[in-house]
Amino acid sequence: MFTTLRDLLKYDGRFRIAFIFLLAVLCLALLTLVSPYDPSRTYLVPPDMPPSLEYPFGTNSRGQDIFWWMAFAVRNSLLLGLLTAAVSRVIAVLVGLTAGYRGGMADRLLMSINDSFVVMPVLPILILLSFLMRGQLNLVMLGVLMGVFGWPWDARLIRAQVLSLKERPFTQTAVYSGTNAFWITIHEHLPFVLPVVFATTINNLIWAIGMEVTLSVLGLSDVTLPTIGTTIFWANQHQALVFGAWWWLAAPVLVAIILFLGLYLFFSSVNEYIDPRTRLRLIGG
Amino acid sequence: MRKFILGYLLPRIGQYFMVIFLGVTLTFIIPRFSPNDPVERQVSQIMMSGSQVSPEAIEHLREALTEMYGLSGSPWQQYWAFWGRLLRGDLGPSLSTFPTPVTKLIADAMPWTLGLLLTAVLISWLLGNLLGGLAGYYTESRIMRAIDVLSQAVRPIPYYIMALVLLAVFAYYIPLFPFSGAYPPGTHVEWSLSFILTVVRHSILPALSLILVGIGGWFIGMRALASNIVSEDYVVYVENAGLPERTIVFNYVIRNALLPQITGLALQLGLIFNGALIMEVVFGYPGMGTLTLQAVMANDYTLIMGITIFSIIGVATSVLILDLIYPLFDPRVRHQ
Repeated sequence: MFTTLRDLLKYDGRFRIAFIFLLAVLCLALLTLVSPYDPSRTYLVPPDMPPSLEYPFGTNSRGQDIFWWMAFAVRNSLLLGLLTAAVSRVIAVLVGLTAGYRGGMADRLLMSINDSFVVMPVLPILILLSFLMRGQLNLVMLGVLMGVFGWPWDARLIRAQVLSLKERPFTQTAVYSGTNAFWITIHEHLPFVLPVVFATTINNLIWAIGMEVTLSVLGLSDVTLPTIGTTIFWANQHQALVFGAWWWLAAPVLVAIILFLGLYLFFSSVNEYIDPRTRLRLIGG
Repeated sequence: MRKFILGYLLPRIGQYFMVIFLGVTLTFIIPRFSPNDPVERQVSQIMMSGSQVSPEAIEHLREALTEMYGLSGSPWQQYWAFWGRLLRGDLGPSLSTFPTPVTKLIADAMPWTLGLLLTAVLISWLLGNLLGGLAGYYTESRIMRAIDVLSQAVRPIPYYIMALVLLAVFAYYIPLFPFSGAYPPGTHVEWSLSFILTVVRHSILPALSLILVGIGGWFIGMRALASNIVSEDYVVYVENAGLPERTIVFNYVIRNALLPQITGLALQLGLIFNGALIMEVVFGYPGMGTLTLQAVMANDYTLIMGITIFSIIGVATSVLILDLIYPLFDPRVRHQ
């Protein structure tokens, strides 16, 4: 674990950037533990102040310190993303492993449901759902809901992986020595599937955070809760750009770029590291 | 041919109906599990508006709304009635702009979204693939390396963040382009050159926010595909045969790398209805995104419902059409 980290830091420029960006985001999220303000309260500081030493990101028209609001926003957006990723991972792994290993009817049934979900436009359904549950939809419920819709593509990838594992000799050895199907999938196949799970987790995280932004900008989530999306929602509501409070929008833009860039670079660099050929090229054997 | 129909065509068409069936059933079921009763919400909204209404009138209103939402009768009757109205193309009247039909509101908004997104997706696809193909072949070129670094940096930025940045820079800080809308308020919508030019000017920033991010994605994909093909035997062969570089790049490298990218384009086009909701909200562009925002703000239940169903059918249909014309591009599917 630590040697991997050291190697990546030493040989991969992209990973260094990703590491710094994600560390910054994480620090910002951890700062919420010592926040002097309660993000749910308004008019705590003078409104519409441009960035200064006292208010590094300025203050908004609702009298909130944007720096501390953003700290909570990053934390909430990350938590939501992680929750969604976790829920959809469980479904994707279960469906992918079962469909891949069992084959036959189970596979065909699961995959036809899966294919329908792949082309199903999730966004309108989520909009309808959150429209109807407006006021009752908290972050945890939203995360679980998105998790329920975010698995099909990844289940397909996992199934493909299992299909190729099934043809390998070690699976046959296990089958002929009388190991049961459940044991084989959990102990023999799951470890090979984990890299796919890891790769899709980050994509799912990015997707979930983006979905939350869409729903929040439409005013469909709990807009009193700070997230990247609700920050944009409030700035739009108060027409921040029209009266010149550019810093209100600059904050979520900056934080989002750092977060997404960090996640993406982290993902692509670790993904290449997992492939031994590129690893050899990087660190020269 | 028989195998093609049974193995490719029929499953695709079957899946099309499966998706629509699932989607419509979901949109039918979801409201029934919702903790908020749309009828009660509407009634309380009217009561809160302060007008003096008698209890009989409220009861009457409640019945009318229940009928309108299709909530009367047993669940099965409701479900059949739901399909019946849908098949007749009737999505009901919009509540906030009563009695304009929902279908008319969607029909007014759709061309804007479709026009903007189609143009943006096609431009970014063409440019991204051209540049990516060249970058995959000329790996030593400095310009291509610079584009590569730029693409890697732009790719993960969500389009709505790009939209905000462009808006702040080119409409607020350097006022080159208009702030919002598809044309200045009060302009008469007509087919004239000057009007079309205004529309184009208004759509440059929204389109750019999609194009910049889009190019990055296509570029990275195409460069990877092309650089794999460059080391294939037939490319080495035509190189040794002394064909002009231009022919090699376009006829051998890019052409053979294009197939997966066409699949990607098909998926992107299919998702166009889902498209760029926030981009429209940010730029106040009068398409489906802005319509959705209005519906949410006005608590317009039938409109939201209509947009949902329309999007599901729209996406499913466009994916089906693309699946049906896909064999034209891919000989492997054709000869299956």
